Amino acid sequence: MTTKFIGKRVKRNEDPRLLTGQAQFVDDVEIPGMLHAAFLRSDYAHARLLSIDVSEARKRAGVVAVFTAEDMGDDWQPGPPLVSPPPTVKDVIFHSRRQVPLVKDKVRHAGEAIAVVIAESRYIAEDAVEDILVEFEPLEAVIDLEKGLEAGSPLVHDDLESNLAAHLFQKKGDYEAAREKADLVIARRIVVDRGAAAAMENRGIVTDWDKKSQHLTVWDTTQAPIPIRNGLVARLGLSEHKVRVIAPFIGGGFGPKMMMFYPEEMLIPWVSMKLNRPIKWIEDRRENFYATTQERGQIHDVEIALSKDGHILGLKDIFLHDTGAYDPYGLTTPLNTQCHVMGPYDIKNFTSEVSVVFTNKTLVTPVRGAGRPQGIYIIERLLDIAARELGIDLIAIRKRNLIPPDAFPYEHEIIDQAFAPLVLDSGNYWPVMEKALEMVGYDQFIEYEQPRLRAEGKYVGIGVIPFLESTGVGPYEGARVTVEASGKINVATGIGTQGQGHFTSFAQIVAEQLGVAVCDVRIVTGDTAEFHWGTGTFASRGAVVAGNAIHASASIVRQKVLKLASKILKTPEEELELEDGLVRVIDIPHKSISLGELALLANPLRGAVQPGTEPGLEATAYFGPQYGATAFGTHAMILEIDPETMMLEIKRYITVEDCGTVLNPLILEGQIHGGVSMGIGNAYYEKLHFDENGQLLNASFADYLIPSATELPRIEVGHVETQSPLNELGAKGVGEAGTLPVPALFAQAIENALNNRDLEILETPLSPNRLYELLRPNEEKSR
Amino acid sequence: MSNLFDLAVTVNRVRYERAVEPHILLSDFLRHDIGLTGTHVGCEHGVCGACTVLFDGQPVRSCLLFAVQTHGHEVTTVEGLGTIDNLHPIQEAFHEAHGLQCGFCTPGILTTLVPFLEQNPNPSEAEIRAAISGNLCRCTGYQHIVDAVKLAAEKMRA
Ligand code: FES
Ligand code: FES
Repeated sequence: MTTKFIGKRVKRNEDPRLLTGQAQFVDDVEIPGMLHAAFLRSDYAHARLLSIDVSEARKRAGVVAVFTAEDMGDDWQPGPPLVSPPPTVKDVIFHSRRQVPLVKDKVRHAGEAIAVVIAESRYIAEDAVEDILVEFEPLEAVIDLEKGLEAGSPLVHDDLESNLAAHLFQKKGDYEAAREKADLVIARRIVVDRGAAAAMENRGIVTDWDKKSQHLTVWDTTQAPIPIRNGLVARLGLSEHKVRVIAPFIGGGFGPKMMMFYPEEMLIPWVSMKLNRPIKWIEDRRENFYATTQERGQIHDVEIALSKDGHILGLKDIFLHDTGAYDPYGLTTPLNTQCHVMGPYDIKNFTSEVSVVFTNKTLVTPVRGAGRPQGIYIIERLLDIAARELGIDLIAIRKRNLIPPDAFPYEHEIIDQAFAPLVLDSGNYWPVMEKALEMVGYDQFIEYEQPRLRAEGKYVGIGVIPFLESTGVGPYEGARVTVEASGKINVATGIGTQGQGHFTSFAQIVAEQLGVAVCDVRIVTGDTAEFHWGTGTFASRGAVVAGNAIHASASIVRQKVLKLASKILKTPEEELELEDGLVRVIDIPHKSISLGELALLANPLRGAVQPGTEPGLEATAYFGPQYGATAFGTHAMILEIDPETMMLEIKRYITVEDCGTVLNPLILEGQIHGGVSMGIGNAYYEKLHFDENGQLLNASFADYLIPSATELPRIEVGHVETQSPLNELGAKGVGEAGTLPVPALFAQAIENALNNRDLEILETPLSPNRLYELLRPNEEKSR
Repeated sequence: MSNLFDLAVTVNRVRYERAVEPHILLSDFLRHDIGLTGTHVGCEHGVCGACTVLFDGQPVRSCLLFAVQTHGHEVTTVEGLGTIDNLHPIQEAFHEAHGLQCGFCTPGILTTLVPFLEQNPNPSEAEIRAAISGNLCRCTGYQHIVDAVKLAAEKMRA
C-alpha cells in the first residue's frame, strides 16, 4: 500500500498548545465559586478505626464541610468491580473486595482516605485536615506475600478465611511427563518487587453540579472517561446525557489512571451534588505515592525442563501476586504474566498456578507493562541459566526455541487477560533478533572488543533479550468522522489521550482517506459529550482499536463523498480522486469541488431528498478485534560497571520493534524511548520500599529515583514490519513494548559484565547497593 | 490570618498588583491567582522541575518560593516565551524534534533552557543532559528533548 500520510514523520498537531502553556489540564480548570478538597489519610497500614472527631475542623474559618463515611449514609458504597473474574476458567477462586470512598471500620493501607474537608481554598482545607482527631487501634500489617498466606496471619479482610484473593490454574500439554524426559531441570525462586508509575501529573478531579439543569460535568485525569461516566450515572442515579466526563490534556497515564473508581472519583462528584458547588481536588505527590495504584510485586517458584541440546520441553510456574488491599482490577495483571512467561518460545507443556494475595499495601493495578515484564523476566532468566549449564550460547538457545514463522496463528491453549484463548496472530521473530544483533555488533563485541576491554580491566557486558507483547485488545472502540462546512474534518472518539500523539496519528489515518492536510483534521478524545461509546486507553490499544475505528468511519465518509461528488461532477466515482481538500476528476484537475462545498450540499436547507438519505458527510463506525494483536521486539545493550560503586554506564542501547504498520515513526520512537526509560528505572533505580508496618519509606521524588537525562542512554531504534491480519491498518500496539524486556536485559548484561560464576541474579529491581550485596561472597544474600 | 501583603511583580512584562497571603506559593499565585496555568506542578517538593520559571532571568522552582519573595522582581513563565502563532525558537525545535509527549514537564524544561542556551550557544550532548537533569520527564526518555535542544541551538545561532 502506498500511503501519503500513514507512516510519515508528521509533526504533532497538539504541540503548539502544549508548548505555549495553552493546553488545559485538569488542575487548570477554574469555576467561579469553586471549593477545594483535601483528604485525611491514614498513617497506619492496618488499623481499626475507633472514632473520628471532625468538630474542630468544621469550626475552622473557611471550611464549608467535612465528610466521613458515616456522613455518607446509604450513599457509602464500595467501588464497582472494574474487571470481573474469568468466567471461562474452571475452578477459579476469586474474592472481590473493592475500595471504599472513605474508611468506615478498618484501614487497609497507609494513605487510605478517612475524611474529606471541603474549604474555600486548598490551603485552608489542608490545615483543617490537621484539626481532625482519629482514634485507631493499630493492627499487625500483612506485608510479606508468603507470610500473608500462612495460617494465623492477620487478615486484610476479616470476613475471608485467609488473605487469598484469588487462585487460578492454567495448563497446556503435560508438564510432568515432559519433565520425566528432560535432560536438565532448573528450579529457581525469582522475586519481582513494586514500583510506581509516577506520571508527572498527579491525579485530580473537578466537578460542577448545576442543580437547575440537573447536569454534572466532571474533569478527570482518567484514561477511561466513558466508563467513569457510566459508573457515575449508576452511582448517582442520573441520566446518561446529564453527566459529562472530560479527560482533557493528561500529564501521563501509564496505567494507574485507568483504575476506576478511585475513592476520590466516587466521592468528589457526590460532594459536589450535596453542597451544590463546584469542587476541585488535586492529588499531591505524597498522596500519589500512597493512594495511586502500583504494580509488579510477585514471587515465582519456577521450573524449566530442557533437552541437552537446549530445547524447552516444559515450564512450570507457581507464583504469588500482590494485589494490595483490594482487587477491583480482577486478574488482569497475573493473567498477563501467565501469558508472557512462555515468552516468544514454542513451549508445548506448561503449568501455571497463581495465588493472588491481599496485603496492607496500596492497590495494585496495571502499570505500563502490566504483568508482562515479570513473565519475560522469568523465562529469560531461566534461559540464561540453562544456557550456562548446558554450555550453549545465549543467542543459540533462544533461536532454537522461537516460535517459527509458519506456526502463526499460534494457539497457546490458555486464556488471556480478556478471558479469550491466547492466540498469537502473526510474527516473524528471528529477523527481528538478527537485526538487533547486527545493530549492536554482537559477534564483533564478543570476539574482539570485550576481550580487549577486559584485558584493560574493564567490566563490560552485553545483553540481548527478545520479547513479545499482547496488544490492541477488545472489546471495541468507535469514532465519528464529520466533514464540516469549512472543509475541515472533525473526529470524535471515546478513548482518552495522555501524550501518545493521538491528535496526530489519528489525523493521519483520516487524512489518508479524505485527502486533506493532517493539520485540518481536528481530533476530540476523551469527552463523553462528543462521543460516548468505548472503554479506554490501556493495553497498548489506542492506535490499534480506536485507530481502526477511525479508519473505518473515514472510509465510509470517503464513500459518501465520492457518491455525492460523482453526481455533482457527473463523473463516475472511479474517475475521482480526493486531494488537497478537493474531489477532482483524475484527468481534468480543474473539474473539482471542495469537501466543504460538498458538506453544505449534503445538508440542504430546503427541497426534497430521496428516502433513506442521511444528512451531512458523516459516519460513525466501530472496531472490535477478534483477539489482540501480538507485537514482537528485541533489545540489546552494552554496559560497563564500575566495580567499586556498582554504578553502570550504558554504552549502547538498541531496540528493534515489530509492531506491524507504523502510523508515525516519530511518535513510535518517542513511545519506545519513554518505555525504555521506564524499564531502566524498573531495572536499576526504582523500587518502592515498604517496611514491615506497611510504611512506604521513599514516598518522594527525592527518595524514589526516576531516571533523569543523565542516567539514560541514547536509544537506537530499528523497525521490522509484520502486519497484523486482524485489522485493516495491519497495526499492533507499542505503548508498553519499550518497558517489557529491560529488567531481563539488565540482569543478563550485568552477569555478562561481571563474569562471576557465583553471581546469579534472581530478582528485580536491582540497584547499585543491591548488586553490591549480591556480590559479597558468603554473606547474607537474602532480602 | 489576613495579614495580606501588597505584592507588585512583573510577570511576562505585565505588572501585577495583588494583595496576597504571605504563605501562598509562587506556583499557586501564578496558576490560580493570575491564571497563568502553563506552569505545572508535579511534586511541590523541588525535585521534578515542572514548575520552573525565570526569576530575573534565572531558573527557579516556583513551588519552593513564596509569591511575596518576587515583590519588585521580574518573572517569566512559559506563556512569556512565544505564542501559538509565533513560537520561540526553542518551542519550534521541540515541535520539530518531538521533544514532548504529554507536555506536562515541557514548560519547566523550556524555561530552564532559555538562559542555558543564552550562556551555551553550542552545547554538547553531555552539557544538554546535565542542564536538564533537574527536570524529570516520564514520557520521552529525554532523547528527543536532547535532539530538540541541539536543533534549538542551531536555530538560535543562525
Ligand atoms: S513542582 Fe516544583 S519542583 Fe516539582
Ligand atoms: S512529556 Fe510527559 S512528562 Fe515529559
